[in-house]
Amino acid sequence: MTQFMTFRQMLRRSVYVIFMAVVLAFFAVPMLWLASAPFDSDPGLGLRWPDWTLDNWRITFDHPYALGSLVNSIILCVVATAVTTVFGTLAAYALSRVRIPGRDALLYLLLLLSSVVTGTAAMVPIFVMMFQLGLINSQYATGLVIAGGMLPAAIFILKDFIDSVPRSYEESARVFGASPTQVLLHVVLPVARPGIATILVWAFVQAWGNFLLPFLLLRDVERQPAAVLLRTLKDEGGSANLTAIPVVALYLFVSKRYGFRFHGGIKA
Amino acid sequence: MAAIELTGLSTVYPNGVRAVDSLDLAIQDGEFFALLGPSGCGKTTLLRTIAGLEQASEGVVRLDEADVTRVAAGRRGVAMVFQDYALFPHMTVAQNIAYPLRVRRASKELQKAAAESKAAGLGLSALLARRPAQLSGGQQQRVALARAIAMDASVLLLDEPLSNLDARLRLEARTFLKRLQRELALTTVFVTHDQAEALALADRIAVMSDGKIVQLGTPKEVFQRPADTFVANFIGSTPMNLLPGAVSDGLVEVAGTRLVPPADLALTDGTPVVAGIRPEYLRPAAEGITGTVSIVENLGVTSLVTLECPGDTLVGLTVPEDEEPEIGTTLTATPEHGRLLLYHGETNQLLGEARVS
Repeated sequence: MTQFMTFRQMLRRSVYVIFMAVVLAFFAVPMLWLASAPFDSDPGLGLRWPDWTLDNWRITFDHPYALGSLVNSIILCVVATAVTTVFGTLAAYALSRVRIPGRDALLYLLLLLSSVVTGTAAMVPIFVMMFQLGLINSQYATGLVIAGGMLPAAIFILKDFIDSVPRSYEESARVFGASPTQVLLHVVLPVARPGIATILVWAFVQAWGNFLLPFLLLRDVERQPAAVLLRTLKDEGGSANLTAIPVVALYLFVSKRYGFRFHGGIKA
Repeated sequence: MAAIELTGLSTVYPNGVRAVDSLDLAIQDGEFFALLGPSGCGKTTLLRTIAGLEQASEGVVRLDEADVTRVAAGRRGVAMVFQDYALFPHMTVAQNIAYPLRVRRASKELQKAAAESKAAGLGLSALLARRPAQLSGGQQQRVALARAIAMDASVLLLDEPLSNLDARLRLEARTFLKRLQRELALTTVFVTHDQAEALALADRIAVMSDGKIVQLGTPKEVFQRPADTFVANFIGSTPMNLLPGAVSDGLVEVAGTRLVPPADLALTDGTPVVAGIRPEYLRPAAEGITGTVSIVENLGVTSLVTLECPGDTLVGLTVPEDEEPEIGTTLTATPEHGRLLLYHGETNQLLGEARVS
């Protein structure tokens, strides 16, 4: 009887281990592929041991626009991220503190519209508008358009963070004579910092990976960011990794410096 | 150091609630003043109006003769400690204490010196580098006080200063607070819903209800002679006996006992009245209110005895711990001289002292 039980236990354990191994492989293999493809002489979508080489990297750096596109990406992302974070925080603070009728409805509507009317749906009107404004091929204008798409979601999330900053903090600062600017800089922003850091990285990643808008609005190849230029590169893996490095670096930096929090709330 | 004078002060919220309703009050220089009342009576709104966090709708707030009704918070020389202390979690204790100086752009040395001296005065010197989250409740309160003192204000406002502390710490903090106020001799107004706290700390108490002051007086006055049945009910750790009755033949009969109302009051027969007597002021005696002992509650040094009197009236009295009566026995109690009060049954106002006939 006991032997039978042990056998069943072993069986159960084996099935569990095999199941977990399969699940793990399912998620790990694409990552390993992503990491090894740049060093493979003949990268493909097949699953096999790579034929190690550094040729891909040489070819990528020989591409006349590859490094320039990374600089373009950074310009675009810095503009879009700065606009989203700064204006998103200010708007969220105002919406969190001022009572206006229909405030929540407004927020949900903005969020809904920005997630429904996006990308392909807004493609033509945005292009026409930017064309008539003479802003085609402007990196800063493209950054603004990207920021515009991200702002509603950023405001929505940031408002939640700022809602969780107790009002008594602000009132306390006011009683001690702080001006509205001082209240914002000394109290609200530092307390909401984890939320702002989260939005900063989120906005950067979103802008970095955005293909459609820069593709539409930046016709000049010298101004196109890495996400757009990628499609002109021959190899499947190398440059994709190259473009991912700044995002990973930013993520690690912010995570270490500020710590992420995906919810509001302060433990005082 | 300043006197506070409120004249015809009203604070009306946008939804029409008159949180403070045409209130007149003068608080003297250096006084420790309590605003006492149940939640929603407007006491915190009144405090916030003095601080400038709420805008007065009508009336005038004067600090040392100067009209500050329209002066912004922070420009009035009024410091405030919030109920949750509102310590900034991202700043150290030293930075928190020095914050009022930072706002005024004082030099770093001045800020450091202020933080150190205030912290030393409140026994916080060892904690200057910590953050608020690393402090106990009592320490947080002292940091909040140190910060308020660092403002060098002439008035200190405290919103429910003891409510965030646990019971044992509360007594300790109460003594500490009273000593601190004496040392600073700073005009201090605090809000509380705990009558024991108000009685223990304050020089004078304003009992509030529905945005108005119901009674203003020293703790002794408020405890011994509540101005109406609301105050009588609210003040005291054991509830005051409020015994309804009516006047007949110039006498009042409550709980099977005949009382003589004050002679100067010509009460017509049938006037409803309420006799009020604190359990602490009732003594077992040969004559007086007689009833059957139904419940005995031990309060430590004393016991609260509940008597079932004629007419289904319950009367409480306290007896020394070694004089506890047996349940079911009959006990007669008589009020101490001048402690039996008579209230009008409809207006609930104090009429005067009564005595047992």
